[in-house]
Amino acid sequence: MTWFYLLSGLFLGWSLGANDAANIFGTAVATRMVRFRVAALVATFFVILGAVFSGVGTTETLAELGAVNALGGSFTVALAAGLAVTWMTRLRLPVSTTQAIVGAIIGWNLFTDSPTNLASLTEIFSAWVISPLLAGAFSIALYTIAKHTIFRIKLHLVRQDAYNRLALIVIGAFGAYSLGANNIANVVGAFAPANPFQDIILFQSVTFTGTQQLFLVGALAIGVGVYTYSHRVMETVGNDLFKLTPITALIVVLAESLVLFLFASKGLEQWLLRQGLPTIPLVPISSSQAIIGAVLGLAVAKGARGVRYKVLLRVASGWITAPLIAGIVSFIALFFAQNLFEMQVQEPQSADQTTYYRIEERGWSLSCLSPGRIGSRGRPDCIRRQGPGKYGSADAFTDTSALSDNQYVPKTQTGAGNVKRLHTNCRLITKYSSPFYGKNQETVEVTRSVLSLKLTREVYHD
Amino acid sequence: MPILFKKSKELENKIDNYLDQVVQGGLLFREGVKYYLSEEFETFEERLNRIDALESDADEGRREIENMLYEHTLLPDARGDVLGIIENTDEVLNVTAETLTQFSVEQPGFPEEYHKRILDLSEVSISSLDQLVAAIRAYFRDVSRVRDDINKALFYEKEADKIADSIKRQIFQSETITDFSRKLHLRDCVTNIENISDTAEVVCDRLSIAAIKRSV
Repeated sequence: MTWFYLLSGLFLGWSLGANDAANIFGTAVATRMVRFRVAALVATFFVILGAVFSGVGTTETLAELGAVNALGGSFTVALAAGLAVTWMTRLRLPVSTTQAIVGAIIGWNLFTDSPTNLASLTEIFSAWVISPLLAGAFSIALYTIAKHTIFRIKLHLVRQDAYNRLALIVIGAFGAYSLGANNIANVVGAFAPANPFQDIILFQSVTFTGTQQLFLVGALAIGVGVYTYSHRVMETVGNDLFKLTPITALIVVLAESLVLFLFASKGLEQWLLRQGLPTIPLVPISSSQAIIGAVLGLAVAKGARGVRYKVLLRVASGWITAPLIAGIVSFIALFFAQNLFEMQVQEPQSADQTTYYRIEERGWSLSCLSPGRIGSRGRPDCIRRQGPGKYGSADAFTDTSALSDNQYVPKTQTGAGNVKRLHTNCRLITKYSSPFYGKNQETVEVTRSVLSLKLTREVYHD
Repeated sequence: MPILFKKSKELENKIDNYLDQVVQGGLLFREGVKYYLSEEFETFEERLNRIDALESDADEGRREIENMLYEHTLLPDARGDVLGIIENTDEVLNVTAETLTQFSVEQPGFPEEYHKRILDLSEVSISSLDQLVAAIRAYFRDVSRVRDDINKALFYEKEADKIADSIKRQIFQSETITDFSRKLHLRDCVTNIENISDTAEVVCDRLSIAAIKRSV
């Protein structure tokens, strides 16, 4: 039954592979610079890598927007998004899976009377607006750099062609990695809070998390889409949408890939946090819209006239209409799923599932998160690490359940590092215990006290 | 990927060799005309044989370039332009070889007062060819220079037209050449020398469009 529920997500994955791989390898394949076999292999391999190892950031954002906590709900939400995309495409309306899935999740929130995280929604919407503009800016910058470097190196056309092929594959690999990292949330994001997979420990030390397994399944669906259908899309779109020279194709694909990467990289977010810089929201964005921005940027950089800026207006209209239509489709689909097919589209919530999800992501046990289990001196007895943490601050602590306060020490004592982690912690606490975040105020308070306690310990021992 | 780089290097060499052969063809033509007018027929025939051999070698080179471009799907976006340029350039080389052959077969008798003008005409026509080859090399390595080289080639082509026109007028107004059929014969030879630069001009037109497509 689990696999049946996953089918709608797999369909979205197939559709993503069939369509969006053309945004990365379209020009290369259509112009015969790269063989389809090579492009498909590179795209599939790197999409899987990106999804499994870097897909968590954007997925968390979708989960923050609305934690679809029952598989039946996830199935219906993903199906509604797929239906909305198909329907709007037939009506020739601008649409992207990214925007449809967001609308479908909001549809679930409305149907189940769950709150919509406005902060996440604002983050997502601003990312949609910024992504094509940013891709355009990257395009202009890359073109300017290329103009002052590559075009001045007097390489023979034939050799330049050979280097171009290599660069198209390398940048295509980066683009596929970024696509997997950024867009896996569109495919299985709706399934993450109700993830049916359990963690698997490999070789007694490496944890293959349930989320990563979910991402792998989604990425494999993308791979199937790439192999079965993307060739046709590449041949059509690659020559049609933007007739570019190999070098400008490189610029456009690199600009698009950079934008996808920026909006997906957890590592970059952590680095920016450590430097005390504002972070880039981890949001699934539309690769097609990023590439439109990149092509327009290139046209501006070349001083071309007659650019159809109306294309941007059309893209912008999709930011509103796509989530709206997908939201309505999702709401109606959920109604039928629940009342006609008697599908469970929502788990009853005792506390804010999203908050739990986020705390678990940080590697801390949730078993203590009730006021009665807080220790006499305000320290939850059961705070402990569950596995290798992804976050610096969590890594600093050992299993503390058996230790007294005095023995509760960070593993590392390097002062500067701890101060930096402290900054990170402050930001995480501000972010994840904000009033927007938790539905259940009690849970929020406990979460806040747990995180604050860790912070205090770190200050004390630093 | 190393195979791709190896093939690219090989193709690069073949294109360079082919263009070298075209330049050599121009030099041989220039010398051939000079030896013909100075009535050193043995040396002239030797130049003619060399230009014939060169032309058939260049044909072979051109075919190899075409095969490589298609077999290894090299330069997919510029392949059509490159083939067009190479084939049209081959046509220029053919005209030079054919003109010398015409001299050898038909033995046109130019009066002495025409010799300097004929030498000037062949010089300017071949200069046009030389500039064309420079423009083609620029197309492959430094596209920003193509325009300058094409302009020079077109300048020489116009000069060749002027010189040819003036020689033809002189031939038909001449009182020393009385036979009308001889006048026509000499005019034909002059036209053939002039054709070298005219054919180069056709390649120049094609090249300038290809260069615009290449410039990013």
